[in-house]
Amino acid sequence: MAALIEAKGLQKTFGAITAVSSISLAVEKGEVLGFLGPNGAGKSTTMKMITGFLEPDAGQAAICGFDVQENPKAAKAQLGYLPEGAPAYGDMTPGNFLRFIAEIRGFEGSEIKGRVAAALARAGLGAVVDQRIETLSKGFKRRVGIAQAILHDPPVLIMDEPTDGLDPNQKHHVRELIREMAPHKAIIVSTHILEEVEAVCTRAVVIDKGRIVADGTAEDLLRRGRGYGAIAIKVRLADAERVSKALSGVAEVAGVETFDKTGDTIRLRAFAKTNTQPAKAIADRLSREQLPFEEIYVEHGRLDDVFRDITTSTQA
Amino acid sequence: MRDTLKTAYIIAKREFAAYFATPLAAVFLTIFVAATGAFAFYIGGFFDRGQANLDSFFAYHPWLYLLLVPAVAMRLWAEERKSGTIELLMTLPISPLEAILGKFAAAWAFIGLALLLTFPMWITVNVLGDPDNGVILTSYIGSFLVAGAFLAIGSFISALTKNQVIAFILSATVCFLFVTSGMELVQTALRAWTPRLVADAVASMSFLTHYEEITRGVIGAGSIVFFVSLIAFALLANAIAVSQKKSA
Repeated sequence: MAALIEAKGLQKTFGAITAVSSISLAVEKGEVLGFLGPNGAGKSTTMKMITGFLEPDAGQAAICGFDVQENPKAAKAQLGYLPEGAPAYGDMTPGNFLRFIAEIRGFEGSEIKGRVAAALARAGLGAVVDQRIETLSKGFKRRVGIAQAILHDPPVLIMDEPTDGLDPNQKHHVRELIREMAPHKAIIVSTHILEEVEAVCTRAVVIDKGRIVADGTAEDLLRRGRGYGAIAIKVRLADAERVSKALSGVAEVAGVETFDKTGDTIRLRAFAKTNTQPAKAIADRLSREQLPFEEIYVEHGRLDDVFRDITTSTQA
Repeated sequence: MRDTLKTAYIIAKREFAAYFATPLAAVFLTIFVAATGAFAFYIGGFFDRGQANLDSFFAYHPWLYLLLVPAVAMRLWAEERKSGTIELLMTLPISPLEAILGKFAAAWAFIGLALLLTFPMWITVNVLGDPDNGVILTSYIGSFLVAGAFLAIGSFISALTKNQVIAFILSATVCFLFVTSGMELVQTALRAWTPRLVADAVASMSFLTHYEEITRGVIGAGSIVFFVSLIAFALLANAIAVSQKKSA
């Protein structure tokens, strides 16, 4: 089956600044693509081109096979889009606003009512349905934007920072919503909250300076980090040197560092050589040499560190 | 075509309601009705003329529009760009033309409503005398066309900036030039350094000349065509501006 979202060689410059240079990606049904990158990396610009709001200088984007520039109406009919900052008409109430969206989307008669009611319920807007949008809290405003994007149950959903500015409960709610819809849709979610990638995304694309610098599952990304598969060991300060020496002697260990010094204990981290799992070898070694330790566990690295590695190492 | 009109109508409906969601509608309608009346009575000398017509009422409409129509037009696109809703609007399955027609229609209908609310003037003159109601009707149509032309120009300029104040000042200035282009002052200045053809062309663009023709009771095809084509041209420029400058 062809991908529901397809971008080929998208490029955009603003004056002398190249915002996006040659981004290609495809998202299939059932995929939730996390779009990551530092601020100003070109995430929003890319999404604006995929949704047809901005015309790319080069390249094409298609939604459900419809080119967004050649056949914009057909493409946009298949698309639900939450723009950055969740803009909405502030002088309207969520109820009226969604009714307007439903009419524009071509629903008629009782179906308008049904669609609006369903979107209000899914986004949890029941309590504020008759309040003007401009008087709502940031969280509710964001939910109005989400309700607007999912109202017509589109096969393609593109959301620019859907959880930005939400409290932890609201974030959880939005992630649940995304997970719920995921099997039936192709979804792109941009974020700079990395936990979100692990929570909802089946795949992550990292972009930096307008280019894709990584593309894979959250696990793939983690694997790229130096800390992936490292073994952390908590020991008494007095034993630290002996343990450290023993660790360095294990064949699968690439290096050892110390961290988290507290009172009379310290932690050691033994980095794994690529594609090795040194846990067993280390445990054997420690017991053979009868070295005392208080805790031992395998680390999976942190997405934050990987992200920082990837997006700072590409600096020209 | 049917779809275009239907979509434009949905947008117009939303826009029209938006005027009444804020005090804008109340302020605008009150001031419009009060000002048209004040001009007719105090400056136009409605009673002193001793004539049963609304000439003194209609004569000042273009001048009043100079201030009030750019005030309505300035928000049409500048506000959408400022608040970011343009991104929402233009990623819905609608064309720029539908959005422009819808917004323009709503604003024009709003000014039309303001004009309708001046009906007490019409009642007054009919109570006092026996006016030519045909002339009054054509004058209303002429006034509505002038407002539409101002509005189309204002809508185009509003699409060029996200700053409403700039949109207002530029629209008012451009409209002022259109109003005065046939006046002696402007024409004398022009004739001094341009060929006669240019001066005549500029004069033929004058809103006042065409408007006065209509308010005399003559609905000449030329004047109607002038206003309608000016509106169409400005809205076309508006469409180009909207598709070109969405993000800047």
